[in-house]
Amino acid sequence: MAILVNEKTKIVVQGATGRQGQFHTRRMKAYGTNIVGGVTPGKGGAMLDDIPIFDTVEEAGADAAILFVPARLMRSAAVEAIANGLSPVVCITEHVPIKDAMFIQEYARQAGADVVGPNTPGLISPGKALLGILPPHIFAEGSIGLLSRSGTLTYEIIDEMTKNKLGQSTAIGIGGDPVIGMDFISTLQRFEDDKDTKAMVMIGEIGGNAEELAAEYIKEHITKPVVSYIAGKTAPPGKRMGHAGAVISGNTGTAESKIHALNAVGVPVATMPHEVPQLLRDLL
Amino acid sequence: MKLLEYEAKDIFVEYGIPTSTGIVIDDVANLKAALYKLGLPVVLKAQVLVGGRGKAGGIKIAKTEEEAMHMAEQILSMEIKGLPVKKLLVCTPSVIEKELYVGFVVDRNKKKMTLLASTEGGVDIEQVAEKTPEKIYKVTIDPIIGLQEHEARNTARKLGYTGEALVSLTSIIDTLGRIMQDKDAELIEINPLAITPEGFEALDAKLIIDDNAMFRHPEFAKDMKETQEFTPIEKAAKEAGLAYVELDGDIGIIGCGAGLVMASLDVVNHYGGAPANFLDIGGGATAENMKKALEIITMKSGLKSIFVNIFGGITKCDEVAKGILEFNPPVPVYVRMMGTNEEEAKRILNEAGYDLYGSMQEAAEAAVKGGK
Repeated sequence: MAILVNEKTKIVVQGATGRQGQFHTRRMKAYGTNIVGGVTPGKGGAMLDDIPIFDTVEEAGADAAILFVPARLMRSAAVEAIANGLSPVVCITEHVPIKDAMFIQEYARQAGADVVGPNTPGLISPGKALLGILPPHIFAEGSIGLLSRSGTLTYEIIDEMTKNKLGQSTAIGIGGDPVIGMDFISTLQRFEDDKDTKAMVMIGEIGGNAEELAAEYIKEHITKPVVSYIAGKTAPPGKRMGHAGAVISGNTGTAESKIHALNAVGVPVATMPHEVPQLLRDLL
Repeated sequence: MKLLEYEAKDIFVEYGIPTSTGIVIDDVANLKAALYKLGLPVVLKAQVLVGGRGKAGGIKIAKTEEEAMHMAEQILSMEIKGLPVKKLLVCTPSVIEKELYVGFVVDRNKKKMTLLASTEGGVDIEQVAEKTPEKIYKVTIDPIIGLQEHEARNTARKLGYTGEALVSLTSIIDTLGRIMQDKDAELIEINPLAITPEGFEALDAKLIIDDNAMFRHPEFAKDMKETQEFTPIEKAAKEAGLAYVELDGDIGIIGCGAGLVMASLDVVNHYGGAPANFLDIGGGATAENMKKALEIITMKSGLKSIFVNIFGGITKCDEVAKGILEFNPPVPVYVRMMGTNEEEAKRILNEAGYDLYGSMQEAAEAAVKGGK
């Protein structure tokens, strides 16, 4: 078991014929992901290796979508996927305008679709499906669910986990933007409901109060062990640290506040990334 | 992109919001002409992109021409929170009976914009939210249909207005919502919205445009390039397309991926070091990118060592190594690299006498020790 996708999920890649789209479509397919087609308006009828390219999402007959389209086209492409009943809809692209992200999220909420991102490395259910740009060789099958606002920091921690024989059920980058689809709370609940996930690793960072809200939620609704790491303890207020969402505004969004909230509900927070495996072992 | 008060006010005026405008000067020599048009007294307001201008002495009232000249000179030569004041807004003071607050902000958790309105204007809205949250009226805006007129009207009524005042205030709130929508604002604020004998008047204006939406706003590209919110090194980095933030310490940091770079700063700090910067070279960096990144972080004086942390999925380590050699940094470099072509990178760096570390904590600790 895994959350959101498995080896049977039929995937359509929107924006499969661009440079990034081609590279990652081939890599996802090589990993064993069930890619049923790509969509690039005007290129219907073409092939990418043995993958058919369509003009519309409707023709592909997919269950879920991953999007590599340029930021300015993200809103219309994501709405097309949602309107066709697909879920999850994984929006990889960075720099999507916040107004468009809000539009997508509201439309998805009304349709009951799960949106991952934007500005996310996507997700992987090791051994089953890769729906994103994560480097698959560092992952291993197992029973830890990982959710993160970051990309490379996730790889760093996954690498430590895999070396310590702590494999993953699903690892998901929820995105580094201020407005994203699946958040810590909704993703934690999916892992809670997944019988093959035994514990969760939640990687947060400065900005907003999603970690504080997740802490409250964990206290009330999550029975499985959760460990955490929070990046940005040394970040100054008012500066965006790479991710659009990683900014301390006034007193909101500091690492201290997040670490305090998590510790208060019994979630251990690693001081450094490489300490995560030990914290997991202590709880399992 | 943050707009200066007068830039935001120009947009308010264009949309028909009653606004206290005036004349912008960047040189005291132009003050006389402004006074001739406006008369006395005048308010002199420093145009900078930070809050707390008033407290810092950046807003003054002058009753005579002599006073105005003296104050203008003073304000135009001052720095507020590190930012030099380059422009001054000169305007006629308003007779203020009461001050309100109206604004739209992003609610990250609801994933929607929220309209905030309060009878407690003229002070920081975060303070009002903390001390008297019951005095803030909130409306969550549907991202698909946008702010509706009746939501603006409900808000005006809840703030206690009736009759003509209710109609005027409704129109101001509704218009502000339209500007937010049209201009891709991630924050728009009138604080204070004053009540004067002539009616409502926006005395100050705050507007932040979403950087990611610039492709549909060519109107901002032209004349607002002189933005003041970045330091010279931050500007150079922006031009090179690198995410850079200047910090107070003396250990330079380069990494790939925002989260990993933030963690690198924290680990350096954990070992007692002080990071000089945040720099993310992104995925798939070339030797040229790495060279540019080193060039930018070494623009800051007083660097003692550099910590390079690469965990490459698509980044080729040998490219990064070549970039280091080409630049040949003036201070010791401590490198941690993992990923594609890692072995080749090790060979290149070892031959040139650089040390490679197996983990980020080892490299960070060495960078801190080496920088002492």
